[in-house]
Amino acid sequence: MSDQTFRISAGEALTAEKITEAGEKPTEAVANYALRLGDDALILAQRLGWWIARAPELEEDVALGNIALDQLGHARSFLSYAALAWDKTEDDLAYFRYEPEFVNLQLVEQPNGDFAATIARQFIISHFQFELYRRLVDSTDATLAAIAAKAVKEVDYHRDHATQWVLRLALGTEESRRRMIAGLGVMWPYVDEMFRDDDLVESLGDAAVRPSSLREDFDTVTGAVLAEAELEVPEGFVARGGGREGIHTEFFGPMLAEMQVLARAHPEATW
Amino acid sequence: MATAAQRKRSDDAELPEDPAGRAHFDELIAADQRVEPTDWMPDAYRKTLVRQVSQHAHSEIIGMQPEGNWITRAPSLKRKAILMAKVQDEAGHGLYLYSAAQTLGTPRDKMTEDLISGKAKYSSIFNYPTPTWADMGSIGWLVDGAAICNQVPLCRASYGPYARAMVRICKEESFHQRQGFEILLHLSRGTKEQHEMAQESVNRWYAPALMMFGPPDADSPNSAQSMAWNIKRFSNDELRQRFVDMIVPQAEVLGLTLPDPAIKWNEERGHYDFGELDWDEFYEVLKGRGPANAIRLERRRTAHEEGAWVREAAAAYAERRRVESEKAQAA
Amino acid sequence: MSAPGTNDTEPWPLWEVFVRSSRGLSHLHAGSLHAPDAEMAVRNARDLYTRRNEGVSIWVVRSTDITTSDPDAKGAFFESPRGKEYRHASYYTESEGVKHL
Repeated sequence: MSDQTFRISAGEALTAEKITEAGEKPTEAVANYALRLGDDALILAQRLGWWIARAPELEEDVALGNIALDQLGHARSFLSYAALAWDKTEDDLAYFRYEPEFVNLQLVEQPNGDFAATIARQFIISHFQFELYRRLVDSTDATLAAIAAKAVKEVDYHRDHATQWVLRLALGTEESRRRMIAGLGVMWPYVDEMFRDDDLVESLGDAAVRPSSLREDFDTVTGAVLAEAELEVPEGFVARGGGREGIHTEFFGPMLAEMQVLARAHPEATW
Repeated sequence: MATAAQRKRSDDAELPEDPAGRAHFDELIAADQRVEPTDWMPDAYRKTLVRQVSQHAHSEIIGMQPEGNWITRAPSLKRKAILMAKVQDEAGHGLYLYSAAQTLGTPRDKMTEDLISGKAKYSSIFNYPTPTWADMGSIGWLVDGAAICNQVPLCRASYGPYARAMVRICKEESFHQRQGFEILLHLSRGTKEQHEMAQESVNRWYAPALMMFGPPDADSPNSAQSMAWNIKRFSNDELRQRFVDMIVPQAEVLGLTLPDPAIKWNEERGHYDFGELDWDEFYEVLKGRGPANAIRLERRRTAHEEGAWVREAAAAYAERRRVESEKAQAA
Repeated sequence: MSAPGTNDTEPWPLWEVFVRSSRGLSHLHAGSLHAPDAEMAVRNARDLYTRRNEGVSIWVVRSTDITTSDPDAKGAFFESPRGKEYRHASYYTESEGVKHL
């Protein structure tokens, strides 16, 4: 294995640093929209990061680590872009907002539970993000489009990873099937909220993607996987939602406190 | 620690002895060539390697925990990403090393079993806790720095799969020490509290990092054989000296003090002198009485046990698919 | 004899990973890993062996499905090409200095 055969490199790609450097200020509305997508990715990454060194097998530690890093990358890009509108930084937004100021979907803040619950959450969110980013690449806002263009490819892999695991857990052993059904049962109530339109999205026109427009494709694609896994689409309880307005489930506060504790203890510091 | 008599016995027990194989092995070692898995090798060489490579792998895996401890609390998103990538790399490095060890005939689940049952050793440095963020800096700068000193010569180790794994690991780890140095640099030049956090952490990690090179040469019974086999290239004390020579000027750049008043440039030797280390503490930690031994093993055991149903599910699914496809072919 | 390290008792079998580092080059052996089946093996290989742009294509193969040459027959297997200098261009010295040959 010589240096010639396996070269390593970072490769060219859009990064949070480049977005900050470009300094292209978004409108207030675009910034608020970017904040939503950034918060989704950030909170999900925060949850997934917990798994590193706890996964069912070492290979899966690496896989979940990659997914968490991708999500953190998307979060940093969206938040860095949003921050420009308010002369702030990504870290101001991540570490110095309080619970009601976060506008992520309630799904992503749900606790990891067991591996099946994490996979259920991942299955739902990555199919949602894929459908969203796939359309956002055509946004009239060039920066949003560019972030989506990078993110969509990565999320495509995430949904494949989750799909593989849904199949294996659902059709593996009796225990894994029971856990997979339970995991989907815990996460599915938060699906409805993902597809709700509101004034912000309406006001953005072709800069944003209407969540309601994603539902049909989401249902078709996830439905096909669930059918192959011999699972029913969970029915029944629908969570009230409200994450986009800063309403969160009770799991969110402690998670946020943990994430922000050090930064808040040293508000003047840089790291 | 094997006495000469014990070593002799294990040599006798070696079966089947293969004179041509041994001659070939000796030739390879004499010519500083690589030994590959299918070559005949002395039993003791194989055992030494399995022990060293699996211990190295275990160290990577257990080493994920003290840093993983800060992933959820990293104080900036950039630092969070770096830390996540680093801890994830360690999982990867553990895997590369388990693969190398497996070529010697020990399957990974056996090595995992030995680790979580407390039978196998790993680097005792990871049995120290990480109470502050500055520890992420100290681990990168001092612990990874010491590890790199140890590992670079291992890229030329005589056993091919081990050497190849180390080449990849060294390449990937090149950022690990630098990121730790940068964490400390930012802290040292930051607020008063940050600077104190950095100094306090370096005070705690300095001596344990120096002990990572192992006991003094005089007390290191296995070293000579490992050097004769070209597994180890430099003695413990040589590497330790090299490391001290490296970090003293680096500490100056950081604006931090190394907690050893005996550190002084020795013109005659062309090296820095440094003070005696407290080896009693080292042996305490080595024996499993370190501050975090039990926590580290318990965490690894829990992850492994709680993952069992997932591994079984995936294996059952694979079997189901195999049977289905056989049926389809038969039809 | 199959690839080194093969073991039938493991719950997830061992796979050998081959990575093509860029278009136009061959797949080269990168290492091994454990996975329950081929689909997961190729994904694990992607996550494990291409985190730094090392590859554009991956092969995985069960370690047990690899057949290696007999290590004890090394002499018989690899002696023959030695000494057959006439298979190499450098053997033909009389044409030295002649262009395009």
